[in-house]
Amino acid sequence: MAAVTFDQIGKIYPDGFSAVRNFNLEIEDGEFMVLVGPSGCGKTTALRMVAGLEDISHGVLRIGERVVNHVPSRDRDIAMVFQSYALYPHLTVYENIAFGLRLKKVPKGEIDQRVHEAARVLDLEPHLKRKPRALSGGQRQRVAMGRAIVRRPQAFLMDEPLSNLDAKLRVQTRAEISKLQHSLGTTTIYVTHDQVEAMTMGDRVAVMRKGELQQVATPQTLYDRPVNLFVGGFIGSPAMNMIEATLQRSNGNFEAVAGTQRVTVGQETLSQRPGLTAFEGREVILGIRPEDIEDAALEPDRAGDARLHGKLVLREALGSEIMAHFTIDAPPARTEETAELAEDVGAELTEDAPQESLLIGRFGARSRVTEGDTIEAAVDTRALHFFDPETGLGIYEGSNTKGAG
Amino acid sequence: MAEVAAQQPIVVPDPSDTVAARIIRIAGKLPVNLFLAAIGLVWLVPTIGLFLSSLLAPNDFNSKGWWQIISKPSVATWANYSNLWNSTDIPHSLVTTAEIAIGGTVFPILVAALAGYAFAWLEFPGRDWLFVVVIGLLVVPLQMALIPMFSLYNKLGIFDTVISLVLFHTAFGLPFAIFLLRNFFIGIPKDILESARIDGASEVRIFSRLILPLGLPAIASLAIFQFLWTWNDLLVALTFARNTQPVTVAIYTNLRQFGSNIDIIAPASFLSLVIPLAVFFAFQRYFVQGLLAGSVK
Ligand SMILES: Nc1ncnc2c1ncn2[C@@H]1O[C@H](COP(=O)(O)OP(=O)(O)O)[C@@H](O)[C@H]1O
Ligand SMILES: [Mg+2]
Repeated sequence: MAAVTFDQIGKIYPDGFSAVRNFNLEIEDGEFMVLVGPSGCGKTTALRMVAGLEDISHGVLRIGERVVNHVPSRDRDIAMVFQSYALYPHLTVYENIAFGLRLKKVPKGEIDQRVHEAARVLDLEPHLKRKPRALSGGQRQRVAMGRAIVRRPQAFLMDEPLSNLDAKLRVQTRAEISKLQHSLGTTTIYVTHDQVEAMTMGDRVAVMRKGELQQVATPQTLYDRPVNLFVGGFIGSPAMNMIEATLQRSNGNFEAVAGTQRVTVGQETLSQRPGLTAFEGREVILGIRPEDIEDAALEPDRAGDARLHGKLVLREALGSEIMAHFTIDAPPARTEETAELAEDVGAELTEDAPQESLLIGRFGARSRVTEGDTIEAAVDTRALHFFDPETGLGIYEGSNTKGAG
Repeated sequence: MAEVAAQQPIVVPDPSDTVAARIIRIAGKLPVNLFLAAIGLVWLVPTIGLFLSSLLAPNDFNSKGWWQIISKPSVATWANYSNLWNSTDIPHSLVTTAEIAIGGTVFPILVAALAGYAFAWLEFPGRDWLFVVVIGLLVVPLQMALIPMFSLYNKLGIFDTVISLVLFHTAFGLPFAIFLLRNFFIGIPKDILESARIDGASEVRIFSRLILPLGLPAIASLAIFQFLWTWNDLLVALTFARNTQPVTVAIYTNLRQFGSNIDIIAPASFLSLVIPLAVFFAFQRYFVQGLLAGSVK
């Protein structure tokens, strides 16, 4: 097992497209690192450079102490699980798993023992004599895993290994991969575009956008202190609501004013973000996570200075909670990042009237709001997010607006 | 991971396996099968005629009809075959033909498989242009090369040898073989090859452990075409063979020498027809569909 280090890595494809730029990332020995980002942001490219399947255009890549820029795949001692699984169709499950060991001329007895061990862990023992075409999707996925673990490599590379499974199996397998990785302790780089996978599986998560690394942090830090608008909008589901607001001081309190809406900035938020004071009287982008918005009727205790007034346009009852889509008369945040994020989830920003924003709140299941109602929503002001509209960066420390992590 | 195993399908007896279901299935296909059998029979008439003729004694040939072979008592005799075996050079010609056909099949396919792999999966400068040239060679008629090759073989001193014929067939079999195999190999999912590379396979291993077994259907069809072509070739053999006669040339020579020596020509033709047929059936089982199923997705 070994650390994997990206040092100023860049990738320019032969057609001139720069898919990965200035990529710096240190993955510790034994760490589970998730690369996440919208489709096309360069995750696979980054992973394939580690695997030796793509030439590295710039920078230095190390596995352990060794610089591997020019080491061929077969000598890198890594194992990869492909999105398609890439099983050898003419070989049985046993032969698929044993393939790498046979190439390394491991003694027969040891191969046999290691294949059976892997098959036992992955529950593949009854299928060892079958060909891949006779297996279900979940079983094929486990054969691909078996082929990787049996080699006991320096690192596992996984490229969206769960994307071909149905939703239920995906959740199950997600937990199993995490468990397996923890018991083996092998350094793992896991690529996904699914932020739920990223948050649940990663020791740390690296968020990418357009070939550039945005933030590397633990899942909780990414959620609490996103370094910029993009990370703030990408992490969390449903995505963070973002509106344009002006910061004002009244009665000694900070207030974010957006249209006719006023949201007092809670003490907790303020102490987390001392940099906000410098934005007094200036425009900011206010981010409110849907889970911090509740039906005011269910939150009678919360002070009146943290209310939003709007009109419910869609009520999605999920049983355990209600997704309340409502419009307020405040301008939505319109930046390159928010446009890209909207595109990533297939929404179109242009449908909003310029002075109206569409917000989503996660209301308690007992909420009685119905479509067409004028509603009052209570905002938990302890965890408001603020971003500088010019740079898109989160507003945290004094003059230095860099985020944590 | 016990939970996942619980997802396996429960085995229920297949309802389509009952006797009644099978009868219905066969009956449903009956008209189509009858039609195909009729076509097959029509196609076989010349071959059957040839076989029956080969069973008639030379002096019976003009006086007896084919029905007398299957009537009792039968006039059929294997005398033509034993005569062919013992007192003509046809057996020797068959061996020569086999040498030419096997060499002329194995060599081009071996070279074409390597070339096809390189054209499909290795990166080298000028690869695509070189492939265009190969495709261009497809349209060169072999008749054009007969005279130049004739003088070249004379200079090299390999005129009238099995080698010369094998080389010629190899050269003219290669463009199509490379074209076919390259196009088949490129359909092998890239992920599989990359996976093997990461698993520690060298190019040679990838070729022998993945490309060849996965390319088997294409290689088998190619082998049959090339084998039939080289086996049945008359033109090239007539040009380059004087004494090392393959069976086609031998039959042809017999035709010219005597006129009505049907007792040699019929059994010899039938023999030279049966052997490639046997080869076809031997390779037929490699024409399997869906060899790649289950590898990706
Ligand atoms: N072989 C290639 N040549 C040119 N551009 C490529 C190639 N492969 C990928 N790209 C481009 O690089 C970008 C990143 O691709 P990729 O790493 O596959 O993204 P992701 O895995 O994050 O979805 C995409 O815009 C894609 O179009
Ligand atoms: Mg990808």
